[in-house]
Amino acid sequence: MNQHVQGLAPRKRDARMETIIKLAVMAVGGQGGGVLSGWIEAVARANGYAAQATSVAGVAQRTGATIYYIEMAPMDGGTPVFSLAPAAGDVDILIAAEMMEAGRAIMRGFVTPDRTTLIASTHRALAVSEKMVPGDGIANADEVARAAEVAAQQLIMFDMEAMAVGAGSVISASLFGALAGSGALPFPRDTFEEAIRASGRGVEASLRAFARAHDAAKAPPPAGTAEEATPAPAPSAVVPQGPSRLARDFAELEARIDALPEGAREMALAGLRKVVDFQDIAYGRAYLDRLGRVAALDSPDRGHELTREGAKYIANAMAYDDMIRVADRKTRAARLSRIRSEMGVDDSRILHLTEFTHPRAQEVVSLMPARLGRWVEARPRLMGWIDRRVNKGRRLRTDSLRHFLQLYILGGLKGWRLRSLRHAVEMAHLERWLDTALDQARTDYAHGVEILRLRRLVKGYSDTHARGLSKFDRAMAAAALLAGREDAADWTRRLREAALQDEEGKALDGAIQTIRSFL
Amino acid sequence: MAERSFKKEVEHLKLGDGQTFTGEGILAITKALLECGVGYVGGYQGAPISHLMDVLADAEEILGELGVRFEANASEAAAAAMLAASVHYPIRGAVTFKGSVGVNVASDALANLASSGVTGGALVIVGEDYGEGSSIMQERSHAFAMKSQFWLLDPRPNLPSIVKAVEQGFELSEASNTPVMLMVRIRSCHVTGQFDTRDNKRPPLNVRDALSNPRRDVSRIVLPPMSYAQEQDKVNNRWPAAQDYIRKHGLNEIFGPEQAPVGIVCQGGMYNGVIRALQRLGLADIHGQTEVPLYCLNVTYPIVTEEFDAFCEGKEAVLVVEEGQPEFIEQQLGSLMYRAGSRVKLHGKDVFPMAGEYTGQIMLDGIEGFLRKAAPQYLPPQVRAPNAPAPAIPDLSKTVPIRPPGFCTGCPERPIFAAMKLVQEELGEHQISADIGCHLFASLPPFNIGGATMGYGLGPASNGAFDGGGERRPISVIGDGGFWHNGLSSSIGNMVFNKSDGVVVIVDNYYSAATGGQDILSSRAQNPTKATGNPIEKALRGVGVEWVRQIDRTYDVKKMRDTFHEALTTDFKGPKVIVASSECMLNRQRREKPQVAQAIKEGQRVEKPRFGVDEDICTGDHACIRLSGCPSLSLKTLDDPLRDDPIASIDQTCVGCGNCGEVADAAVLCPSFYEARVVHNPTGWEHRLNRWRQSVIRWLQSRRDRKRLSFDAMQGVAAE
Repeated sequence: MNQHVQGLAPRKRDARMETIIKLAVMAVGGQGGGVLSGWIEAVARANGYAAQATSVAGVAQRTGATIYYIEMAPMDGGTPVFSLAPAAGDVDILIAAEMMEAGRAIMRGFVTPDRTTLIASTHRALAVSEKMVPGDGIANADEVARAAEVAAQQLIMFDMEAMAVGAGSVISASLFGALAGSGALPFPRDTFEEAIRASGRGVEASLRAFARAHDAAKAPPPAGTAEEATPAPAPSAVVPQGPSRLARDFAELEARIDALPEGAREMALAGLRKVVDFQDIAYGRAYLDRLGRVAALDSPDRGHELTREGAKYIANAMAYDDMIRVADRKTRAARLSRIRSEMGVDDSRILHLTEFTHPRAQEVVSLMPARLGRWVEARPRLMGWIDRRVNKGRRLRTDSLRHFLQLYILGGLKGWRLRSLRHAVEMAHLERWLDTALDQARTDYAHGVEILRLRRLVKGYSDTHARGLSKFDRAMAAAALLAGREDAADWTRRLREAALQDEEGKALDGAIQTIRSFL
Repeated sequence: MAERSFKKEVEHLKLGDGQTFTGEGILAITKALLECGVGYVGGYQGAPISHLMDVLADAEEILGELGVRFEANASEAAAAAMLAASVHYPIRGAVTFKGSVGVNVASDALANLASSGVTGGALVIVGEDYGEGSSIMQERSHAFAMKSQFWLLDPRPNLPSIVKAVEQGFELSEASNTPVMLMVRIRSCHVTGQFDTRDNKRPPLNVRDALSNPRRDVSRIVLPPMSYAQEQDKVNNRWPAAQDYIRKHGLNEIFGPEQAPVGIVCQGGMYNGVIRALQRLGLADIHGQTEVPLYCLNVTYPIVTEEFDAFCEGKEAVLVVEEGQPEFIEQQLGSLMYRAGSRVKLHGKDVFPMAGEYTGQIMLDGIEGFLRKAAPQYLPPQVRAPNAPAPAIPDLSKTVPIRPPGFCTGCPERPIFAAMKLVQEELGEHQISADIGCHLFASLPPFNIGGATMGYGLGPASNGAFDGGGERRPISVIGDGGFWHNGLSSSIGNMVFNKSDGVVVIVDNYYSAATGGQDILSSRAQNPTKATGNPIEKALRGVGVEWVRQIDRTYDVKKMRDTFHEALTTDFKGPKVIVASSECMLNRQRREKPQVAQAIKEGQRVEKPRFGVDEDICTGDHACIRLSGCPSLSLKTLDDPLRDDPIASIDQTCVGCGNCGEVADAAVLCPSFYEARVVHNPTGWEHRLNRWRQSVIRWLQSRRDRKRLSFDAMQGVAAE
């Protein structure tokens, strides 16, 4: 009925609409998005543009995701009517101050191939949901990078956080530099720098970060060069430091690794170093003996997965986290120099170092000779008596001699360790697990590998360690039930993944329930 | 002292005739108030109008010179009540708070004010916290204007329009003896732009002078029979007077051609969004010249019937663009049209969603949908028959994690909730009610503490049903802001009077922190114009709380935990209140950072703490993070083939609050954490002692290294 109303021929979009530049900044609260948006506005005005900025900070400024939005257009014939919010498919420049914020921008449709220049910092500020998972909950940044390649018309992506920190500044400065370098705004470089100068705080450092990011954006380095620039030395090329007699012994052990399948050698070398570092050469020999049992069962058609996983988890199981190891690591020279350099301690400054430890009766008793330890453990009242004496937080000043010596002496008890209750418990546990895995591997190679991998569930100290062990035990029991099934390996893998999802093991229990339902 | 200082910006408030102001919407409103000869201002902070309160506080000197009284009111109710000065005196007054929650709190006073009617212009500036970036329930302040009969302005979101609305608001208020609410949305508050300024005006009658000549008018008292007369007055006199003023002074605006088959009625605040959609459809040019007539309601209540009738004349259909629900304006327009027997078709919530913000895409879809129904000839061909498929961009919804707000680095509230989580591990889950404030972030991971939030200062009150007690005691959380806002009476007094068995923790961070760090009664800061330093504990004792535990360092997780334990298990009858006090880290850093840098530069001895994690001791179980969530405590993937899971790692933004170490100790987590306290400019004696210690330590280390193989150097390389 409306088809014949006159004077309403469809019109084309006002060509001047194309002169509006729409720019959104997506940041994490506290990254200085407000400062950046102020600079951008200043540049636009300095270049005779009308500009309007707005933001929706709210409580999100407390570490949540925030968004700033700016529109600008040349001033001719009056002030344009600008929008106060970005619209999907209608953003020219998207600045993401963090990798997942770039992902969020893409998800919300603010990055489209027909128009958007995406300027994103590749560094990660992990969300709480990623950090609190007992396993590896870190979101996949590669997926975001791949989506960015598809979604953006022009893509500028590098670690602008590291660049800013390197220049003694903050990320807003390097983002601003990358924006200038991208050429997405039709303004000369000096007007950008003028905006920084006019803001008046930390100007020199900001300009440094700005310049570096500007150049990096102009000539983006080919992907991956940053990592390839300083190739890590091949593990086998490095010689351990120490007395020559021990070095010779170690070289002998290294030679035994050459007899292992090729795919497992690198892991075996890393494992060997870990256990020798943990105890001594003889312990390394025992490691290789155990590994030999695994290798004997292996076959090349599976890429020697069994030996490789064995090399990894046997080493982790043998180098368990006891008080001696902790004390040893805390008193090493390399550690001290690493902390000093991280904290920027030079000769004009002094470092006070406080260790937060909290031993309980269990840890102390586990250092006793195995038989005595078992005897004590079987007596709850005695355990309680010991616990009342030792169980408290101890803050040790390892820059003072008294506390350093305490840890130093404890760290030197390696000769004692192999007789301790803890060692006996750990070795029995290791053998049970290894026997089960190898038993399985004889009939079901893949399942054997997965059982080896369950060892990943054992980690942490005190209660966390106990919870990990309990998950491990439950998963091992379920894996035993699965033995003989065609999908055993697949289900045991799922058990492991479920166990790493939450602290209490709810997902694991769910997976076990499912398994029981079909057995 | 607020989190953000506006000392520099308030200089703009001194601009005069013929000059140009450049800046944020909030600041423009402040300037407009001064240009209008306002006599007193006040309010209560909260996003998105916190900055307005901060600007006013920072501008006290300028206000003083002009004879303008600034009051940092105790609550929105107190702010609205202050407008009583305009009831009897011809003095312009303005207060500000957030909507809709602030308006809820203020509604008692607002209703009385509206019934009384005003002599001087009374303006309520409401930051409508709706849509993206909002921190509250999604409601509209519009309903309050309707029920109490005061007028609601919703100006176009640009500085000249907002500034004009302030002036028109005062005049409208005076012309109709009715308070006026000026609504600014989140983005309008923060929108930047320019406007031409005028000289500031001294109030013709200031509040000091008014005290010399007290006035009273019995007809303005809200008591029968005057209250009945006031209702009649609202409808018979004030309402028509308002409509007259709005029409005569053109408060609402009409854009576009006079003749067209369709038209759009929109709230002023929606104008830019509507124009952008029309621009994208090729129906408006860059300057907002539109092909579709637009009736822009800068006054959304009351509706001016004649204006609307005239706009509808000759049109086949009109679209109402009204954000949020219910659709008050559309309903009212519909009933007007129905009564008049109009044949114009009314569209609105049929093409727009009933709930939620009108984003760019929703606006485009809504207006396009309207035109498709009512006037498809308007639509350009590609919109009428889209043919180019959008390119497929990978779906990242499963990849990108949500990022809700949380406690800042070093926040003193983190250890309180870590302690609460620990005590619950021991005593079992408890019924916990929360309040409004930063501490509400504890309801999110990793703490997951607290359920209900019934309003500011109402945390303990919302546990009222459980006051009688049971197997486990109810716990409630309240902040110092909420405590002084109304918690002392509504929550604490309520508990004392009802002999509650519950436990309350008052999170005292020295400020109203979530709203931007404004001072309150118990703030520790010296404030030249406000009385700070009134301890919460004294107030508690004053209303009859006998079991009070004051904790002066919340970072002491063990003490926090043990105090919770005591409160939950003691035989004491009556409310048990824990005051957990430590300064908001955001504000503390802002205060101390420059001082520390200056001291180091001057060669003074300064200790700077920071925490670290030993890479080879951390096993990557992340138990510490589940008791923290600190932004500076993150994860790092090691370049070690033997490790599967990333380990904890503390970055250089750590402020050394100590929570990591305290939690690791209290929860018996692991020995990975260390505190590295760097002493700048140590004394000579310290240097000598340190050198001696270090040489002994180095000797011990090399003694052991001579007897073993070391792979440390290699690990160092790998970690680079």
